[in-house]
Amino acid sequence: MLADVLLGAPLNVITAGPDLFRAAVAAQGVAVTPVDWQPPASATGLASLWCDAVDAANRIALERLLAAQPVLVDVRPAIEVVPGMTQDTILHAGPPITWERMSGPLRGAIAGALVYEDLAATREEAEQRAARGAADFDPCHHHAAVGPMAGVTTASMPVFVVENRAAGNRAYATLNEGLGKVLRYGAYAPEVIDRLRWFRDVLGPALGEAVRRLGGIDLRALIGQAVQMGDECHNRNRAASALLIKALAPEIAALDLAARERARILTFTGGNEHFFLNVSMAACKAALDAAHGVPDSTLVTTMARNGTDFGIRVSGLPDQWFSGPAEIPQGLFFPGYGPADANPDIGDSAITETAGLGGFAMGGAPAIVQFVGGTAAEALRYTRLMYEITLAENPAYRIPALDFRGTPTGIDVRLVAQTGILPQINTGMAHREAGIGQIGAGLVRPPRVCFDRALEALAREHRH
Amino acid sequence: MRAFNFVWPSAYHDSVTLMRLTRDLESVPGVARAAAMMGTPQNRVLMQDAGLLTAAGEAAGPPDLVIAVVAADEASARQAEGAARAALTGRATTGGGYGATPRPRTLASALRAVPDANVALISIPGLYAAAEARRALRAGLHVMLFSDNVPIDQEIELKRFARERGLMLMGPDCGTAVVNGVPLGFANAVPRGRIGIAAASGTGAQEVMSVIARCGEGVSHVIGVGGRDLSDAVGGLAMEQALEALAADPGTSVVCVIGKPPGATVARRLESQIERVGKPCAMHFVGSGTASLEDCARDAVALARGEKHHPVAFTVPDAELARVASEARRGRRPEQRFVRGVYSGGTLAWEARSILDATLGDVAPGVTGTGSGHRVVDLGEDIFTVGRPHPMIDGAVRREWIAREAADPATAVLLLDVVLGYGAHADPAGELLLAIEAARDQAGQRGAALAVVASVTGTDADPQNRSAQVSRLRGAGVAVMPSNAQAARLAARIAAR
Repeated sequence: MLADVLLGAPLNVITAGPDLFRAAVAAQGVAVTPVDWQPPASATGLASLWCDAVDAANRIALERLLAAQPVLVDVRPAIEVVPGMTQDTILHAGPPITWERMSGPLRGAIAGALVYEDLAATREEAEQRAARGAADFDPCHHHAAVGPMAGVTTASMPVFVVENRAAGNRAYATLNEGLGKVLRYGAYAPEVIDRLRWFRDVLGPALGEAVRRLGGIDLRALIGQAVQMGDECHNRNRAASALLIKALAPEIAALDLAARERARILTFTGGNEHFFLNVSMAACKAALDAAHGVPDSTLVTTMARNGTDFGIRVSGLPDQWFSGPAEIPQGLFFPGYGPADANPDIGDSAITETAGLGGFAMGGAPAIVQFVGGTAAEALRYTRLMYEITLAENPAYRIPALDFRGTPTGIDVRLVAQTGILPQINTGMAHREAGIGQIGAGLVRPPRVCFDRALEALAREHRH
Repeated sequence: MRAFNFVWPSAYHDSVTLMRLTRDLESVPGVARAAAMMGTPQNRVLMQDAGLLTAAGEAAGPPDLVIAVVAADEASARQAEGAARAALTGRATTGGGYGATPRPRTLASALRAVPDANVALISIPGLYAAAEARRALRAGLHVMLFSDNVPIDQEIELKRFARERGLMLMGPDCGTAVVNGVPLGFANAVPRGRIGIAAASGTGAQEVMSVIARCGEGVSHVIGVGGRDLSDAVGGLAMEQALEALAADPGTSVVCVIGKPPGATVARRLESQIERVGKPCAMHFVGSGTASLEDCARDAVALARGEKHHPVAFTVPDAELARVASEARRGRRPEQRFVRGVYSGGTLAWEARSILDATLGDVAPGVTGTGSGHRVVDLGEDIFTVGRPHPMIDGAVRREWIAREAADPATAVLLLDVVLGYGAHADPAGELLLAIEAARDQAGQRGAALAVVASVTGTDADPQNRSAQVSRLRGAGVAVMPSNAQAARLAARIAAR
């Protein structure tokens, strides 16, 4: 009865608008919460998407995202496990792109990969081969895979196999090469190729055997623990990498392999603070793929960059990318480099932010803000701001500094359009020229136009 | 007593958190001992030794959380698991943690912080207001939609939407409500009492509640249903709800209905709706007949006291009236013939126009300030408020309009409303006096004298204090009447030949 619920109950008021009405309510000693309302910057189609059908769709997508139970189950050559992989396939980060529009680091990585696969002898030959269309380029994301930075993945590269035990789907990512001259930053020197071949011949099979013997490694629990140890599992993976190696070490030690190789494996993985990054990405990908393809859902399921374009995908329109020009990250540079050297934003690693980690969990990883010259308070501010554009808090990933509040999870295109707040991404920076590698790290945001386009398309689709 | 185990797969929690939880679990009735631990081999041994482990817990792995209790029965054990779930998966307080929490940017975000919220007060630009109101309704909140310039089709849709959900959408285009003594939008500080007001008029409601308070009665609730609610287009959707709510409200013994004249269809429906209220009802539609808002308020007061109300034109003694009128006519030039009403309140403007029209000829139709004779303008109309604050909040538009009327040699009397209360300007009289003095100077320079008549809607409990505002105006030579209706009648008397 209206009289009971409105006239009979104590008021608890939310206000949107000038402060004077809030003050009048507050003056009566009544609970009042003001909304810092600002007009949406772009609202084409926004109104029609605030409806029960979209909310219901988002609930389904969100439930699948939060229910995900990613488990590292194997390490296998890409050709054996990645769907649609062929000898000529070259998977890359971000939305689809042609050779002509590719940036330096992506071209460098592709050249390196062709040399690694013995499909070309030199960089020049590799580039000619790529330019004449002899390689099949496709985004990792079209193959249940993700790759950091250039994200280049070819047939013989070993990949982590992560199974989402809740939905049964799998996701894949290559092994992390560490810092310095590495393929993912577009470096293709002989040492880079040699390392990749060692991955193929020794590290990959060894890790696969160790993981299989362990019966898999529960990644949701591992990430949850790492977040409480100061990782955000994108740009800071120290705790998670250590936890992973800790789990694997006994099995690696027990492998039927020369002691020298076992020591090299432990030295390499133990010495690579980013070793977990690719695992984290595959875990996030496995969770988000389960939430992809719910009709009417405005949940963002992909944010990815190819070094030229930034693209997003949304659950309700599974076959479309919404792209805009990738921006140059803001941050700190290694000695000798500056903003003029930086390539535009690149990599699939923003899958972590899409799943509520990375920049979204920065409040739990205060060490990371030093990269951007920030303070711990600023890291918390970034995370708190992300709650404004997300639909849920992830109960598996909790931030001690926020009283164990779950990380902001599940970006809603509608909320981005409504508030004008863009997702906050932590990222590494590649040199704009092929062959040089990482030159710094910082913060970056997607171009707004990705969300505007997604919103318009969702509204169009919703009307039909 | 026996052991029960619950295993949550891959649910990592810090050991300190879990130790704290153990204490809570042991306080659940029927639970003797408890442990909540990750299922590592060492922890399983600990639980085993403590007699807490069952086969289910034995099968758990390091990533799994084991909630183990020794309890009297399964029901108690399940209750303990429920307590653990509430403690571990319950939402952390949004305000928790280090550093400041930013203000919520969306309604949804505010609702996360205050899930118990039940009313949204929306006063953002009309272009966006309907969408926000809709979101609030969908979240189960009643809405006071203060905003102007909300398209009528959106208003109808929102009101239907609200009704389907058993919610109330107050407004738009009627910025007044008082629910449970809490002002939502423009409202006056009036005592709680037994008269409930359902108003399709903002300043009309303010005038009525202020008169009721000054008569020594109080109001239970004021439900502003929206300025267009009684039109046949909207169909009185919110008025019907308001009447039902006031009928059922035990704190309301008299109902007062005000607004502009309803559409023909709505008028018919209203009659039966009011009958169904089953409580004494005072009713007034501004612009119909010679009665006034003040009469309606006094009628409601009389009904509440079981008395009969007799309308009077003036409550000021005749001698006093005559003195004020002759004072106001002093120095007037022959070409000064007309009353010019410059209003901030829409319903008050309509009331003034209709009272002038009843005694004077040549009153311009409407309240747009056009016409060369007697005329009234409502500066709170949508056309004047697009992109500008309402004149009750900021008097700039009104000061401009007063200067404009003063520049017209035919203006004899300036008729004004001064509306006090929450949301209104902190010193509306002070703001007006600047313009009034300038207007008089301007008239004086051409040898003319301008009469100024006003009323002050409000109470002494209002933040601006009505008595203080009245004194300021009187001190500046403004004839201040007890009500808007009496002010309009006085203005008409001054202008009459």
